[in-house]
Amino acid sequence: MRHALEVERLSVAFGKRRVLDELTFQVETGTCLAVIGPNGSGKTVLLKALIGALPAEGSIRWAPGTKIGYVPQKLDIERDLPLTGLDVLGARSRVSRAAPGEESRALARVGLSPVEAALPVGALSGGQFQRLLLAFALMGRPTTLLFDEPTAGIDEPGERGLYELFHSLRREEGLTLILVSHELNLVDRIADRVLCLSRRRAWLGPPVEILTPERLREAYGSQLRFHVHGEASD
Amino acid sequence: MLLALAMAAAAGSIGAFAVLRRMTLASDAISHIALPGIGLALMLGAPPLLGGGAALLVGTLLVWAVERRTRVPTEAIIGVVFSSALAIGALLASGRDLIDALFGSPGRPGPGETAFGLVASTVVIVFVIRARDRLVVRLVSPDLARTAGIDVARLDLAFLLAFALAVSLGLRFLGVLLMGSLIIIPGATAKHLARSLSQMFAISVAIAAACTLLGSLLASRLGLERGPLSIALAAVVFFGSLSLRRRD
Repeated sequence: MRHALEVERLSVAFGKRRVLDELTFQVETGTCLAVIGPNGSGKTVLLKALIGALPAEGSIRWAPGTKIGYVPQKLDIERDLPLTGLDVLGARSRVSRAAPGEESRALARVGLSPVEAALPVGALSGGQFQRLLLAFALMGRPTTLLFDEPTAGIDEPGERGLYELFHSLRREEGLTLILVSHELNLVDRIADRVLCLSRRRAWLGPPVEILTPERLREAYGSQLRFHVHGEASD
Repeated sequence: MLLALAMAAAAGSIGAFAVLRRMTLASDAISHIALPGIGLALMLGAPPLLGGGAALLVGTLLVWAVERRTRVPTEAIIGVVFSSALAIGALLASGRDLIDALFGSPGRPGPGETAFGLVASTVVIVFVIRARDRLVVRLVSPDLARTAGIDVARLDLAFLLAFALAVSLGLRFLGVLLMGSLIIIPGATAKHLARSLSQMFAISVAIAAACTLLGSLLASRLGLERGPLSIALAAVVFFGSLSLRRRD
């Protein structure tokens, strides 16, 4: 199967409200699909439907042997849980019977020090916690990574590190990436294809076609103020 | 004495996860559901443990189904289930029987009760040890658990069943009201004091065991009921722990 993922006429509804309506798209193996769109357009719902966490109509077909790593945007987790990052990663590695050393490999990959990983999860900053979740996703040696808002809660140098990480994951491990992002610069730099959701319809195409002022205004409404670095400004 | 220790260890270990999963209210509800079963068994002349156990099984499946159906907190439904179970139980059982069902009955356990207690405690403890990693991942996020290949619905059911089994362990000695507390209070205290998961387990089990043992010893010295005394001790430890704020 050339495609890592084939989605056909995918619909998700909460009661009477249809959040996703007959969405059809494919993701080629080893490429990066960015999902953009205004708040409430169903980006996170799409990711959750893809991992099977939400009931959906239509078909979702993953290539045989696909292993999904999922990094959620935020978790509803209590701040004072007596649970350290290592507790969480250790549990993950034993659940999937990972090879010894897999935890430290994942931690090194996301740039989280052993000292940080030994802290209770409630003591981690937003960025550290997100890196812990990314390490968690990488522990299962995924073939596809689903990442909800990778730049949320991350500072400028952290963001650069993230680009490099994405590049190396794709280069060295041939990972397929599906990202939800508000950061149109990030999308412009790393996505091969962009899926733009709005409340009315969806567009799919390469960044040059989707990240145009007209298209974005149509999707986000007229209040949107955006700025995509073109060749001239870079 | 061995039975009391095994029971306390089971309560402490399952309680640690029940507290982590913010299931304190649900667990109260489950333990109260035993009451109508006990009442029915008493009316029919069957062993109360059997009736209580059967009712617990039904109650567990009910809470599980409700948890699965709705994504909203299940407090309201659980609150209703729990007070109606109490009401039905109070209608079915009366007087001394009701007091015994709520707070436990005095006297030594028979060989059958001892055997059941030891086996059930072992089952609960083994479940917690074996499912521990899956429970941790599930606790962090059901979505992440799903991507790690965990059958979340099945795990939740297994957890609730183990919980119900732990509750049924205490029916005879502590009663439905107090067994819920023996599960929750040590876990809540441990959550407050511990900084890692293994610490939390150790503290939770230690408190449950210490309070049960000390409660039994003091009860025979002072001529008091052991169940209420054990729980009172656990409550003292809990409130004492609040003053020992964990260092971050």
